[in-house]
Amino acid sequence: MIAGPVMLHGYLPAILGGLQSTLSVAAASLLVACIFGLVGAAAKLSASPAANRAALVYTTLIRGVPELVLMLLIFYGGQIAINALADRMGAGYIDVNPFIAGTMTLGFIFGAFLTETFRGAVLAIPRGQTEAALAYGLTRGQVLRRITLPQMIRHAIPGFTNSWLVMLKASALVSIIGLDDMVHRANLAAAATRQPFTFYATIALIYLALTTVSILALGWLERRYSLGVRKADFR
Amino acid sequence: MIDFSVIVENIPAFWKGLQVTLLLLVIACASGFVLSVPLAVARVSPNPWLARPVFLFTYVLRGTPLLVQMFMVYHGLAQFEAVRESIFWVALKSPWFCAWLVFTLNTTAYTTEIFAGALRATPSGELEAARSLGLTDGAMYRRILLPSALRRALPQYGNEVVMMMHATAIASTVTLVEITRVARDVYYNHLSAVESFGVAAVIYFVLTFSLVGLFKLAEKRFLRHLRPDTAGAL
Repeated sequence: MIAGPVMLHGYLPAILGGLQSTLSVAAASLLVACIFGLVGAAAKLSASPAANRAALVYTTLIRGVPELVLMLLIFYGGQIAINALADRMGAGYIDVNPFIAGTMTLGFIFGAFLTETFRGAVLAIPRGQTEAALAYGLTRGQVLRRITLPQMIRHAIPGFTNSWLVMLKASALVSIIGLDDMVHRANLAAAATRQPFTFYATIALIYLALTTVSILALGWLERRYSLGVRKADFR
Repeated sequence: MIDFSVIVENIPAFWKGLQVTLLLLVIACASGFVLSVPLAVARVSPNPWLARPVFLFTYVLRGTPLLVQMFMVYHGLAQFEAVRESIFWVALKSPWFCAWLVFTLNTTAYTTEIFAGALRATPSGELEAARSLGLTDGAMYRRILLPSALRRALPQYGNEVVMMMHATAIASTVTLVEITRVARDVYYNHLSAVESFGVAAVIYFVLTFSLVGLFKLAEKRFLRHLRPDTAGAL
């Protein structure tokens, strides 16, 4: 192995391995968040008052508490709850996998933010379009697939970009519940080499690169989905 | 089940933690506000030598996790002998100073963008009127642009203060005993998540909605001119 500042004293592969786990946590959490967000938005838009209220409680609670506290509460509380349940059913001790706990927590938290994004995106579609589609005899499923979803994506992208960036940065917190992500690898390397600044600055730059790529990619996607939409021209 | 004796026993600790959280919030937001106003003015300036560096600052601070920024300053700076031997080391080895510094820089970055956005949303008529009255740039900003932009920014600024309050939980990773650290200590002593993190969550929740309420009041006071005219109609 080449040692030296360029290879971060041989820790570059370790950091990149951490990057891989940071990316898998972020991607898996995003998937979970989208599911929670779609269900939450459906509940907020539904005609059932019970579903409305449940969704309101969900989004309000999540917005009122820091991510780190929610993560610790769900990780440690969930561990205790699952083991109490397992104990009752006569199973042995279950060790909650920090990857699953981390992604579920991040997904649950950012699902609340996406709920609002998706709800707003659906409301931004003119009502007449849904009515017209139904009048033409399309089923509810067809309306969702052909009318609502494709247009919703366009309206949801700005809010989605924002939530994704916040979540990507919040994923650094999973190191606190024991996940072996990029921050954790940097902690180890910093302790071993006594060069904390080098490693924290390195991962900061990697995060910056990730956010930059995300902004560019989602900006491209937004333009792609806005083809055919005229914008006010102030020139 | 919830063990209320654990909660009661730790009320004084949580009370102290609450004070630390609030103090962190106040010092970070106060210095952040003071820095953001001039930086926002620079950010919207047509002079790229002023606007670009500010953009770079907000972009880097907003593009990296707060936790990493905190570790960079608190653990990282000790790597350099020059820093350890400088007069700043007295301050930089203190977790309080590092937390204040990092939180201030972080909230300054977000607040600068909020204020800059509000400045850009100034109706061009206001600017033209100010210029035609012969106001100097300083007077224009002091009397016309900033009062109206800061008012417009109030709802978003309220959000940022709430976010900052939540961000103070990161101070628990650098030995400051604020609410989250108290909760973690209670958890390690009693191994019960609800009595520790649950209590912390409730405190943060109450704090969040108190702040939201305060900002609603402020909006009522400062954004009165934007409310639909219901009283006048009668």
